[in-house]
Amino acid sequence: MSLLEVAGLTTTFATERGEIAAVEEVNFSLEAGEVLGVVGESGSGKSVTALTVMGLLPRPPARIAAGSVRFAGQELTSLSDREMRRIRGPGIAMVFQEPMTSLNPVFTIGEQIIETIRAHERAGAAAGFARTVELLEKVGIPSAAERMSAYPHQLSGGQRQRVMLAIALACRPRLLIADEPTTALDVTIQAQILDLLLDLRDEFGMALIVITHNIGVIAETADRVLVMYAGRIVEEAPVAGIFDRPAHPYTRALLASAPALDAPLAAGHLPAIPGTLPDPRHRPPGCRFAPRCELAIPACSAALPPLTAVGPGHAASCIRLGA
Amino acid sequence: MIRVIASRVASAVPILILVSLITFGMIHMIPGGPAAAIAGLSATPQQIAEINHNLGLDKPLPVQLYRWYDQVLHGNLGTSLLLGQPVSQAIMIRLPVTFGLSLYALVITLAIGLSSGILAALRQNTWVDQVAMIFSIIGISLPNFYLALLMIIFFAVDLGWLPSGGYVPFFDDPLGWLGAMTLPAISLALLLTGLLARITRSTMLEVLRQDYIRTARAKGLPQRQVVLKHALANAMIPIVTVIGIIVSLLLSGAVVTETIFSLPGIGQLLTEAVLNRDYPMVQGGVLVVTALMVGVNILVDVLYAALDPRVRYHAS
Repeated sequence: MSLLEVAGLTTTFATERGEIAAVEEVNFSLEAGEVLGVVGESGSGKSVTALTVMGLLPRPPARIAAGSVRFAGQELTSLSDREMRRIRGPGIAMVFQEPMTSLNPVFTIGEQIIETIRAHERAGAAAGFARTVELLEKVGIPSAAERMSAYPHQLSGGQRQRVMLAIALACRPRLLIADEPTTALDVTIQAQILDLLLDLRDEFGMALIVITHNIGVIAETADRVLVMYAGRIVEEAPVAGIFDRPAHPYTRALLASAPALDAPLAAGHLPAIPGTLPDPRHRPPGCRFAPRCELAIPACSAALPPLTAVGPGHAASCIRLGA
Repeated sequence: MIRVIASRVASAVPILILVSLITFGMIHMIPGGPAAAIAGLSATPQQIAEINHNLGLDKPLPVQLYRWYDQVLHGNLGTSLLLGQPVSQAIMIRLPVTFGLSLYALVITLAIGLSSGILAALRQNTWVDQVAMIFSIIGISLPNFYLALLMIIFFAVDLGWLPSGGYVPFFDDPLGWLGAMTLPAISLALLLTGLLARITRSTMLEVLRQDYIRTARAKGLPQRQVVLKHALANAMIPIVTVIGIIVSLLLSGAVVTETIFSLPGIGQLLTEAVLNRDYPMVQGGVLVVTALMVGVNILVDVLYAALDPRVRYHAS
């Protein structure tokens, strides 16, 4: 049994112009201790997938229209709010993109970590304090005991993201979802936070989902990769497969548009994928990437291409795989 | 923190000077004077002139103003021309009435305004939200003197549940006080309750959308803790500003309410003082009320610092 199994998941949002699907028929699973990377442009459905798993989308307007999310054998989509709250923290924890706004400005960071522990366990004041100091040390906050009484506005962005990590780890989660954990940070801090994430994964023995639009982050962290486009998974592969034998034209275009350190830029500029993500209300028929795809043929717009195996653990949804 | 309070208190001095100047100017600009009220209708011009001379009212205005300031700085607000008792004593007797009425109305405003505003935000766009907002609109748009009269007719005259007016000191008869003050307090609180409910609702909706609320939920905190701790602690920062304004409005609204329910408070005292041109009473009363308002605003500033660590560190 996998730690997390997501099957046929479709999440929709009610809007004034009808219901639109942000995530459609998403299938993936995750083993204990594994690191899964989810990559795609903004609006591809990565965050909505994660928030659906966490049960954090406001319902309404969001709705799980179909599919299941099983965590450690337990179906999450049918849990009550109260039951779901017990999963968040000790079961699944999450770190968000915006460290500047994700911490409550009016409480000390110590308080914000201790209350997480207390929401799930009986812990005395002294024990809670000691554990919190230990957590802050683990995430690399210097002079942790003194920083307990600091407020978020007194910390830098990198330090705030470390505090967010400490909150996420407070109840030793079995799965940590990091949604764009480094996007808002300076490049030098990004590498530190990614290293820290992997160290903590080893130390806590948890599984990790890293959501990013930056394929370089995936290369550094993930065991396995999902590529999402316009709400659907277009390619799934072991990390080596994605970089050595990218199958889907979208994945190839993503890789081509990432700057490489060892190769000079051809023609002095970075190739970009032409066009933009389709409007979720007017998605093209058939393959959603077809309007932007160099290899598109009329048959691409006829029907949704099925996910087809191209190697061990490697599949892509494209009818032009041989081309 | 002490420095913040000290600077606020210091900035109150020019406010008090300005308000007393305006009061002095206005009360002397309106025609008529206290002598006519004291001497009665049959007074001869000689009698009036004599009274004016005795009271020092025949002196040039700047001299009168100087004398008044001189008195106040020596801790003396003067003697009421009409009541014959010291202004400070008259105020101290009336203050508990106004203070009790305002406090009672404030409790009603906070209890109903805050809770219905929070509830409406949590149940946004449901019938709970709509009912709360309809009542708040009624509260805001219904003139409170009109509501006061309706309540007197219904609860005092028709049902006979509560007295239509009159005052019972709290320490003599707490239940009697409650009976006498309930209708005035409700009529005074209604508009402000509606106002506070709407502002609490919109502030809570804004705060509930913030990223740190999502974090609080992601930590697995119970809903109660997410709303009453994480959301409310942030929402209270703008709400406290409004509560400061509400307290000022309570004190000024008390004037009308006291008149309708014949409560012997500051409002009634000042109304009569103005009508009879009781110069020292008006000057002293306005000065005390202004000082109270300034005090409330200092309290709001202190509360800000207590609620928001960013203000606290910026100030120190």
